Amino acid sequence: MHHFTRLALASALAISAGTGAALAQGEITVAIQLEPPHLDPTSAAAGAIDSVVYANIFEGLTRFASDGSIIPGLAESWEISEDGTTYTFTLHDGVMFHDGTTMDAEDVKFSLDRARAEDSTNAQKALFAGIQSVDVVDPTTVKVTLGAPDGSFLFNMAWGDAVIVAPESIENIKSTPIGTGAFKFVNWTQGDSVVMEKNPDYWGTPAKLDKATIKFISDPTAAFAAVMAEDIDAFAGFPAPENLPQFEADPRFQVLNGSTEGETILAMNNKAAPFDNVKVREAVSHAIDRQAIIDGAMFGLGTPIGTHFAPHNPAYVDLTGMSNYDPEKAKALLAEAGLADGFETTLHLPPPSYARRGGEIIAAQLAAVGITAEIINVEWAQWLESVFRGKDFGLTIVSHTEPMDINIYARPDYYFQYDSKAFQDLMTKLNGTTDTEGRTAILQEAQEMIAGDYVNAYLFELAFTTVAKAGIQGLWVNAPTQATDLTGVSWAD
Amino acid sequence: MNRNLILGALLSALFLAAALVSFVWTPFDHTVMDIPAKLQRPDGVHWLGTDQYGRDIFSMIMVGARTSIAVALVAVGIGMALGVPLGLTAAALRGSFLDELIMRGNDLVFAFPSLVIAILITAVFGAGAVNAIIAIGIFNIPVFARITRGAALSLWEREFIMAARVAGKSAARISAEHILPNVTNLLIVQGTIQFSLGILAEAGLSYVGLGAQPPTPSWGRMLADAQTLVAIAPHLALIPGLAIILTVLGLNLMGDGLRDHLDPRLRVSRA
Repeated sequence: MHHFTRLALASALAISAGTGAALAQGEITVAIQLEPPHLDPTSAAAGAIDSVVYANIFEGLTRFASDGSIIPGLAESWEISEDGTTYTFTLHDGVMFHDGTTMDAEDVKFSLDRARAEDSTNAQKALFAGIQSVDVVDPTTVKVTLGAPDGSFLFNMAWGDAVIVAPESIENIKSTPIGTGAFKFVNWTQGDSVVMEKNPDYWGTPAKLDKATIKFISDPTAAFAAVMAEDIDAFAGFPAPENLPQFEADPRFQVLNGSTEGETILAMNNKAAPFDNVKVREAVSHAIDRQAIIDGAMFGLGTPIGTHFAPHNPAYVDLTGMSNYDPEKAKALLAEAGLADGFETTLHLPPPSYARRGGEIIAAQLAAVGITAEIINVEWAQWLESVFRGKDFGLTIVSHTEPMDINIYARPDYYFQYDSKAFQDLMTKLNGTTDTEGRTAILQEAQEMIAGDYVNAYLFELAFTTVAKAGIQGLWVNAPTQATDLTGVSWAD
Repeated sequence: MNRNLILGALLSALFLAAALVSFVWTPFDHTVMDIPAKLQRPDGVHWLGTDQYGRDIFSMIMVGARTSIAVALVAVGIGMALGVPLGLTAAALRGSFLDELIMRGNDLVFAFPSLVIAILITAVFGAGAVNAIIAIGIFNIPVFARITRGAALSLWEREFIMAARVAGKSAARISAEHILPNVTNLLIVQGTIQFSLGILAEAGLSYVGLGAQPPTPSWGRMLADAQTLVAIAPHLALIPGLAIILTVLGLNLMGDGLRDHLDPRLRVSRA
């Protein structure tokens, strides 16, 4: 009897293990923290949209590889004219949208013209500002003419905001995204997940998985529980760094530690008193102890930065010394600004733990030099409404995850409202420079300029951590752009 | 004096004392962070260890007691200040339209799950200790209104009230001079119970981030912050959890004890 039971148990276990493995081979469930508001990457700033659709569903002429380099996407190759103003793209032949319509030069023209149109709702219109005309030469050839040479044009075309969409399916793109990618959109259960399946007619290397589900888990505790219980196969951008040692010690999991393009900053409202005074901004910068924030809020994950630039970029300059932790100097600067007794302000904190935890630490550090920062916890929708659009804030903490986004400082109406003619001219000069050396010199000057103007207090470069089951391979380690690219992901045998 | 009352009073007094002492002294400044000294286990320096920012947990518990007690006390105060007069009025005008109105209004408030409405109120008017007080206070009104009316109704039938009426006293004077003093014991007992529920409600609201905002320490938020750290530093969750349990237990025991102690019938029967 005993033997029988044990045997039955063993075989039952074997069976369940067998089916589990068979199911798992072709399917994956990856969790991310934020749910997108809709699924059209060409009409909203929300990075969560790209986290779902980039590379999986939508593709552009070029694309980011996992190491951040720019590689061909829908464009097989391109030729750049001598003067650097004309790009002639040769498209892959026989590319189909998921609804069966063909992708050709007309769709490229439609997408780019739509993005740069007067009434366009594209969140990164600046990417397309240099385009003068888009002309269809033949179905697989498209010619883009720029007003002036632009060294970053191919980089711009790799953004999620520059993906190719079709006029046939544009109307319902927000709920039913139709792209050319290796995965087809199946269904979006709001508040829970987006399901995609393999696109059998994909033009390039087909996806190795038959089905992929992207699940949204915003709460760090729930994220931890979901991974531990193996309800999900991977969590890209795991939100609770304090739990990582447990996963590292557990043979069931692998932990991938990577970098992002996320400059995490304490943004200051440059147009609102007292932050319109550079002395006050400098005082705030010196009042902050970056290492304490990295250790306290991120459990040691993150690289200190002294300007708005990614440390792993070759053009990066380490300017952390300009805003070293020096509370005495901060107090002296406040006194010089006529605020020897400190002042009161607000500190708006969106949900991610870098902001909520970092904010508590920063509020304590500011209090030490006499600045009372009232903590106001907000949801993302409120943050976009009151801080980003309404500019109704004193201080806020946010991570700018777009790659190479120092040019946001050339936009005086951007939420922190830095308005410097010198910087704007510098960016115009950058756009006209195509040689790498010249661009590097300008980028370094730009980094120094914003650090010297103490526009914001620069905290650290956000780390990107993925926790996955041990058998998964092909996940992105770094996050050169916001994406959860599953096209190369598979299960080890 | 019974054992419940003594034990309950001792526990309650302990936390009340912690709250009062925190105004003048705590072992460490509860707002000062010392990140390199984070997540320490309880020892001779930090009696209850340190939290994820290296703050002294013992000091935070003391100041947190202040937050909890202040919110709960004022909320119960609101409930009594509005509920008791409503109950007295309803009893004095028993059977009238106003009585119906008051009691059906109470039923309406009772019908809502209190914490959900409290979350709604704080979500609409903003998170913070003051809004938490108002939210919890509103739900205390019908509790006191109903208990006052119930007790007052039976009093209105008693001979000494009849005598007062015959003497020509108005309903308002009778309510204030004869009814109210006779329901006071009841209100004290109920107040103690509501006080403990108020502390629980405050912890619940803070737990979901709608109570007192940082850096003001609050037991509920300490629990919430400890969630992802439970496996690494269990004391972070255990200590505020115990503080809540012991305070609520103490107040409940005290409430029970007081009821036994103050109720003349029970006292007679035991003698």
